[in-house]
Amino acid sequence: MTLPLRRFRLTWQQGEVVLAWAMVSPWLAGFLLLTAFPMVASLVISFFEWNLLSPPEFVGLAHYNKLFFSDPLPMHSLKITVIFSLASIPLNIVFGLAIAMLLNTNIRGLAVFRTIYYLPAILSGVAVAILWQWIFSSDFGLLNTALRIFGIEGPAWLGSKVWVLPAFVIMRLWSVGGGMVIYLAGLQAIPTDLYEAAEIDGANWWQRIFRITLPMLSPTIFFQLITGVIFSMQIFTETFIMTDGGPANASLFYLLYLYRQAFQNFKMGYASALAWVFFVAVLLLTLILFATARFWVYYEAESAEDN
Amino acid sequence: MSSTGVSLSARQIVSKIIVYAILGIGSIVILLPLQWMISTSLKPLSHVFRFPPEFFPQQVIWQNYPDALSQLPFDLYFRNTLVIVILCLIGEVLVSSVVAYAFSRLRWRGRNTLFIVVLATMMLPRQVTLIPEFLIFRELGMIDTFGPLILPSFFGNPFYIFLLRQYFLTHSRELDQAAVIDGCSRFGVFWRITLPMSKPVLAAVAIFSFQFHWNDFFRPLIFLFSADNYTLALGLRFFQGTYGTEWNSLMAVSLVVMLPLIIVFFFTQKYFIQGVVFTGYK
Repeated sequence: MTLPLRRFRLTWQQGEVVLAWAMVSPWLAGFLLLTAFPMVASLVISFFEWNLLSPPEFVGLAHYNKLFFSDPLPMHSLKITVIFSLASIPLNIVFGLAIAMLLNTNIRGLAVFRTIYYLPAILSGVAVAILWQWIFSSDFGLLNTALRIFGIEGPAWLGSKVWVLPAFVIMRLWSVGGGMVIYLAGLQAIPTDLYEAAEIDGANWWQRIFRITLPMLSPTIFFQLITGVIFSMQIFTETFIMTDGGPANASLFYLLYLYRQAFQNFKMGYASALAWVFFVAVLLLTLILFATARFWVYYEAESAEDN
Repeated sequence: MSSTGVSLSARQIVSKIIVYAILGIGSIVILLPLQWMISTSLKPLSHVFRFPPEFFPQQVIWQNYPDALSQLPFDLYFRNTLVIVILCLIGEVLVSSVVAYAFSRLRWRGRNTLFIVVLATMMLPRQVTLIPEFLIFRELGMIDTFGPLILPSFFGNPFYIFLLRQYFLTHSRELDQAAVIDGCSRFGVFWRITLPMSKPVLAAVAIFSFQFHWNDFFRPLIFLFSADNYTLALGLRFFQGTYGTEWNSLMAVSLVVMLPLIIVFFFTQKYFIQGVVFTGYK
């Protein structure tokens, strides 16, 4: 009985390793061909002047020099992209949490409300951008029509250097339901005996929120923050469709500038330098967030974690 | 739920009313843009620019839809989009689950190291590698074909690999071993046991994939040029460039482009929301 079983296990383990490598090979090939190699290649290309027609010409660090010191647009577009993200992400988290908390109060019609709030989160791209371009129209748009009911004369949102970024923040707030669904699930998983114990100890509503709810949700919020940064920094379609970077470059988000350099001006070297700076910027932002995590993200003692 | 029993105090009733009021107003705010879209799409152009604007069209012109849709070959764009979306979906679901299986149910050296690489690529904005990727597909003669849009999906998607791995990890290993003892091959375990047990998460991945590629604009913009190859997103962009101020037609076409996604959402929202929760909550 023992002998055949042992022989079986040996071949099983060897076979397992072969099968495992066979099964990860598509991803591994994709990683090497479409991620690792292009990463290195774009760094190399960034040291060359190359318009795809004539042969590449080595220019050293000239593109980085231009990017940081002589061309004002890359740092301007990076700045407005970061400002947009810093406004958009916290607002989406706060509103998403607030709606989730309201939905988590034993109300009737939870499924209906959840569907309504979640619906816009599935929509994105050109159709949504065109819809919001129309909503922001200064004379005939929905937003200013609604504001007029309250006696407010709204600005020419997409035509104003001041209001164009707030307009994009408002538009992104429409899909607040994406995060809300996740927070709601997190709230429903918090054991109720925690609240009952707190209530017995005389904790008021605010104390329960700040001492129980938010700490218990902090890993979820942290994950939303990280994905939020990566997602918001990549804003492109909306500005391409709605403003084309205007007015006066006030909504020239970073990827729009990169796109223009690469695929309209065919400056492959300069665009590659822009891509690398973008990569480092996003990486830095995420690393800063990870560094703050230990001060506010609460992980339960590693108990039921392992399967 | 609370310890007060059956009767609610006046204070509780008031707070309930406030909660419903806030949620109700919020729902209206969320739905208003869509109502505005439908309303504009049915107005005659002269009413679109009437001041103050009407929330409901006084005159309903259904003909706006066939008129707008016949301006460009949207049926062709629809077919192109469908081909790309379906092939991407097949590739991503199939390959990602194969890869995720190796990362969760099989034991081999290097597994954890490579999985960290998967997580790292999940964080990488794809635009960073875009220029060399464009040059590779140019070398392969695939610019202005569906190749650059579809092929990457057959290498798996790190995000879906992560999602599927987390789900596969919840299955018990004893079941796999029992199946092997009953004469099932190793791949058979994956195909006949793991996959059928993972229908909810496979559905979620399929829906995410569909949603992403349906909405995608950036990659088609870069890789497709000739009008015959346009996807709906590119066609819509072209339509906007040509009929930029005919908001009734623009809203009609935009709504038609959104509609398949909304329909899919209503029929599959259980999986949709489960999948979202599964990604973010952890």
